[in-house]
Amino acid sequence: MELLIASIMTMMTAATPLVFAATGELVSEKSGVLNLGVEGMMLIGAVFGFAAVTLTGTPLAGLLVGSLSGLLAALIFAVLTLTLLSNQVATGLALTIFGTGLSALVGLDYVGETIVQIRAVHLPVLSDLPIVGRLLFGHDPLVYLAIVILGLSGWFLKHTRWGMILRAVGDSDGSAHAIGYPVIAIRYAAVAFGGAMAGLGGAYLSLVYTPLWAENMTAGRGWIALALVVFASWRPSRVLLGAILFGGITILQLNAQAAGFGIPGAFMSMLPYIATIVVLVLISRDPIRIRLNAPACLGRPFRAER
Amino acid sequence: MKNIIKLTALALAGALALTTGAVSADKTKVGFIYIGPPGDHGWTYAHDQGRLAIEKELGDHVQTTFVENVPEGPDAERAIAKLAETGHELIFTTSFGYMEPTLKVAKRFPNVKFEHATGYKRADNVSTYVARFYEGRYVQGVIAGKISKSNVIGYIASFPIPEVVRGINAFLLGAHSVNPDIKVKVVWVYTWFDPPKEADAAKVLMDQGADIITQHTDSTAALQAAAERGIYAFGQASDMIHFAEKTQLTSIIDNWGPYYVARTKAVLDGTWASTDTWDGMDKGMVVMAPYTNMPADVAALAAKTAESIRSGAFHPFTGPIHNQAGEQVVAAGAVADDGMLAGMSFYVQGIDDKLPQ
Repeated sequence: MELLIASIMTMMTAATPLVFAATGELVSEKSGVLNLGVEGMMLIGAVFGFAAVTLTGTPLAGLLVGSLSGLLAALIFAVLTLTLLSNQVATGLALTIFGTGLSALVGLDYVGETIVQIRAVHLPVLSDLPIVGRLLFGHDPLVYLAIVILGLSGWFLKHTRWGMILRAVGDSDGSAHAIGYPVIAIRYAAVAFGGAMAGLGGAYLSLVYTPLWAENMTAGRGWIALALVVFASWRPSRVLLGAILFGGITILQLNAQAAGFGIPGAFMSMLPYIATIVVLVLISRDPIRIRLNAPACLGRPFRAER
Repeated sequence: MKNIIKLTALALAGALALTTGAVSADKTKVGFIYIGPPGDHGWTYAHDQGRLAIEKELGDHVQTTFVENVPEGPDAERAIAKLAETGHELIFTTSFGYMEPTLKVAKRFPNVKFEHATGYKRADNVSTYVARFYEGRYVQGVIAGKISKSNVIGYIASFPIPEVVRGINAFLLGAHSVNPDIKVKVVWVYTWFDPPKEADAAKVLMDQGADIITQHTDSTAALQAAAERGIYAFGQASDMIHFAEKTQLTSIIDNWGPYYVARTKAVLDGTWASTDTWDGMDKGMVVMAPYTNMPADVAALAAKTAESIRSGAFHPFTGPIHNQAGEQVVAAGAVADDGMLAGMSFYVQGIDDKLPQ
């Protein structure tokens, strides 16, 4: 029991950076923009967030600067793809490579520095409750923030006027434009949100998860977040589940090793990706479902016809 | 994709490192190839301290250069050759995977001297050197055996190679010498440096009841994860106390400085010859960081154990030692020879796990 609770707690922290990054990417993709630069934006968020905490000493500044730097990186992408109409896939890949290099360069001075870590909250009565106390009230504040942002994003997309407009832009940019909605502006906003969330996810890694900066420390989590959006078939409610699954599998494989089960770790590490492929195959077999969830204009550049 | 990133990083690192190394012609140039960044505060940091020791002692005659973050494989060959081409007379390649690239480049540049860390293949102009880290692991095992309350120790291991397996065995023998109930849980992360993954491994081991963490990976992440939960851990490769003042029990310091200075001097006075060096506490290549966060009697026992290893009175692999199948591999009173230690690919009795092959 103790092991189960402890493992779930560890899985939640592993899932949190994925929830941030995947939520941002989901909103961006819902507006019709495929940004493959998540990994790069996370690294940028991680290094600038870390630098901000080193310079100011306040964790909050780190989180703000982290998400802001991710947002700025996303704006570069937006200018290139939305205003200058460059190819989204190629530009996104370039953003990842750029982010990797930039973060390594900026991070040179911060390798080996230490900062004050953001700790788990402790609520006087609630956190001490047996079992549920720790499961529900024993995390660091960012875990809750991730879930709240995910929930709000889901609510925004489904129940608000602007959420519906955003989805309309992603499903049929021509029609949305004809009705008079500012397609490009809305996509700018969605991409910027995606960048801010990726930056926050990266900052979570360097400020909370392991309070240090190391080159390339996201180690592929940006790509996992991208896979996660597909896995969730563009539904916010499934992002949380997927993030726990994707983040948790690493923890599970390490747990299996420590417990001496003898399952090869590499086998378990590959499971989430097999699951993603299976989901892709399943949703591709059902054209109605694709139309319901996947943004129809995903990845297509939009040029207003007068 | 990943290769492009690595290449870019390599080119960048190379450009940076080589441009800072603009030298006057009369100084002897000594080059270093690093697997990680010097700021990892682990393996590469320790080698860089050795480089700085050369600068400090022989700075009037020697100019050093380093190239960091060089991946093991084809890129390494290019980076090593670059140093050889640019007039470096002595080149230290500081990771196991540089073995073949080093030998290849050494063939092309017979007048350049090479020093390859942790390898076993030599040539007329290629020496190998490694430290007996297992001596320190044994001392850590003794400490862990004395102060663990749960009797479960978490061990974060990188790759199942003899160097790492030897460390695990030495740790267990040390722990069992004072407390036969100790269990060592081993998690393989298959990386030398991936801080989030190292932290994950530490958390998982703590989840499973480990109350002391030790690692054979290079970053400070595991130590910091242990600090967050308020349990004890060992540092790795350098004194990491600065990262976790209430957590680190001790750390095995890789003290390359004396060796690096001696080898550079040998090149300066023309006495350099290809050798195979495997030094330990006796020559000061392995040093223990101060014993902290433990009762005085445990610290005294640790110091006494380390001293008896240093003086040669005691060898960590003293028989009787059995493998997991129960066969005696070292007879009572005998000591494991260097051949067995160098190729160690079995767990000793007492580890409840299977060694990945």
